[in-house]
Amino acid sequence: MAAHKYCTVPVNPITQEAQAQQKEGGRKMKKLINDAQDVVKESLAGFAAAHADLVRVHFDPDYVVRADAPVSGKVAVISGGGSGHEPLHAGFVGAGMLDAACPGQVFTSPTPDQMEAATKAVDGGAGVLHIVKNYTGDVMNFEMAAELCQAEGIDVASVVINDDVAVQDSLYTAGRRGVGTTVLAEKICGAAAEKGMDLKTIADLCRRVNANGRSMGMALTSCTVPAAGKPTFDIGDDEMEIGIGIHGEPGRERKPLASAREIIAGMARAVISDLPFKNGDTVIAMLNGMGGTPLIELYLAYNELAAICKAQGITIARRLVGNYITSLEMAGCSVTLLRADEQMLALWDAPVLTAGMRWGI
Amino acid sequence: MLHADDLLAWIGELHRVYVQNKTYLTELDAAIGDADHGINMDRGFSAAAAGLMENTPTDIAGILKAVAMVLIRTVGGASGPLYGTFFLRAAGACAGKDTLAAADVAALFRAGLEGVVQRGRAAPGDKTMVDAMQPAIAAMQQAVDSGADIEEMLPAAAAAAESGMRHTVGLLARKGRASYLGERSIGHQDPGATSFGLLIQAAVDTWVNRRKA
Repeated sequence: MAAHKYCTVPVNPITQEAQAQQKEGGRKMKKLINDAQDVVKESLAGFAAAHADLVRVHFDPDYVVRADAPVSGKVAVISGGGSGHEPLHAGFVGAGMLDAACPGQVFTSPTPDQMEAATKAVDGGAGVLHIVKNYTGDVMNFEMAAELCQAEGIDVASVVINDDVAVQDSLYTAGRRGVGTTVLAEKICGAAAEKGMDLKTIADLCRRVNANGRSMGMALTSCTVPAAGKPTFDIGDDEMEIGIGIHGEPGRERKPLASAREIIAGMARAVISDLPFKNGDTVIAMLNGMGGTPLIELYLAYNELAAICKAQGITIARRLVGNYITSLEMAGCSVTLLRADEQMLALWDAPVLTAGMRWGI
Repeated sequence: MLHADDLLAWIGELHRVYVQNKTYLTELDAAIGDADHGINMDRGFSAAAAGLMENTPTDIAGILKAVAMVLIRTVGGASGPLYGTFFLRAAGACAGKDTLAAADVAALFRAGLEGVVQRGRAAPGDKTMVDAMQPAIAAMQQAVDSGADIEEMLPAAAAAAESGMRHTVGLLARKGRASYLGERSIGHQDPGATSFGLLIQAAVDTWVNRRKA
């Protein structure tokens, strides 16, 4: 076979093109990186160096497992998805939460070989739960991975999270996106696994969390995928995108910028009316930052959310305020409410020791 | 008749085409998706070409399967499992064949299409790669039925794919991330249909045009 027939290309086309694009567009990508194509691997290497007490990082295929994996006799909980949403998912690997995370390229689903290897690395003999966010690529890749693992006799259950009320759920779309509720599901199911519950019980619990969780997000600015080298979308200084996903994909509508009070009221209305959450409900709330909005604004936004819930007779029993499921450097936030029963609250309070979330230990 | 060498040349050409169109495909994807399609296709076919150079299977099915496994491993997103499944099924359709006649090439593409439909659950008109694939494969079948050879069949298939690809501009997306946009997806050409259009045009360039030249 004549291998020389293949054309030759520059060794580093991504970087060269990204640089060319920056020049053409007159906009310079301003990021703390070395080379656009090494971002995920170098960040993972740093994560491994920073959290060696909590996790081990495997390269080629790339996955992160808790330091003491596999835990014999315990159901393992795995999630994964494109990178750029940190601390999700690797930041939630550790005792009481995820056993493994599979990071893909930025905003790109990981591949089945990563998920298969991670599943084998953490399988303690009691089965493995895959928590999958509802994106076409994630669902297909996890589906292929589950088939590969099942073929080798590993008991795998999959639950797809689809909580984003910005997307109309119908036969005519890919369905609702998986966003904020994923964080809550990973915490609650991780605690359930730690307590020794079996795979079917944890999968059912995960479905119950998904069925009772709703989210909506908004963006003030776009974000720049390092390999693309320029902002994913254009947005005016006086505009905002309501119903944004976590990949800079456009949302439900573009509107003139409004006050935090109006923005949070609009998102809370969409979330509350969808389930619907009712007077007397107890919830776990998350006011999540998209990565580029400071905590001073997130707490200000939480203040609005807390007032709305109080006025509607919805009790926020637990809450998270901060950057938990982000979209690179996008400015903006999302609101997640989960109608929680006593079991979910008890599992929420259970000890957790991860890079991105830790309490009770 | 196509031989294993021709398949290798096609993959080499796909590598070149996706490097060349990386920015174009990514820009199409930025409009209605998540701005990574060109980056992913480039990464996948660069790895596929490199993999074939390192370890070259001698049979057609082996080449297609090697490409499939590399794409599944390296592409990610939706295009990884979809193009991976396309090549995997294509390999299955070529099992044991040393050469491919027009009917074999049509069977190869048909098996690929069936795999993509099964994996992605998309129907014609959903504004996906299927909208370029389905007419191309229908054109191949028509050509085979009328006794055409590869040199006649492939340009007709590429023209049908291109027309299907252009038709996606007016469609409302019902699958993939573009479906989140609803009405706002109308007016943009589907990136997956475009990358498939490039894939079949590369076959024409490798297997038809270059032979004439």
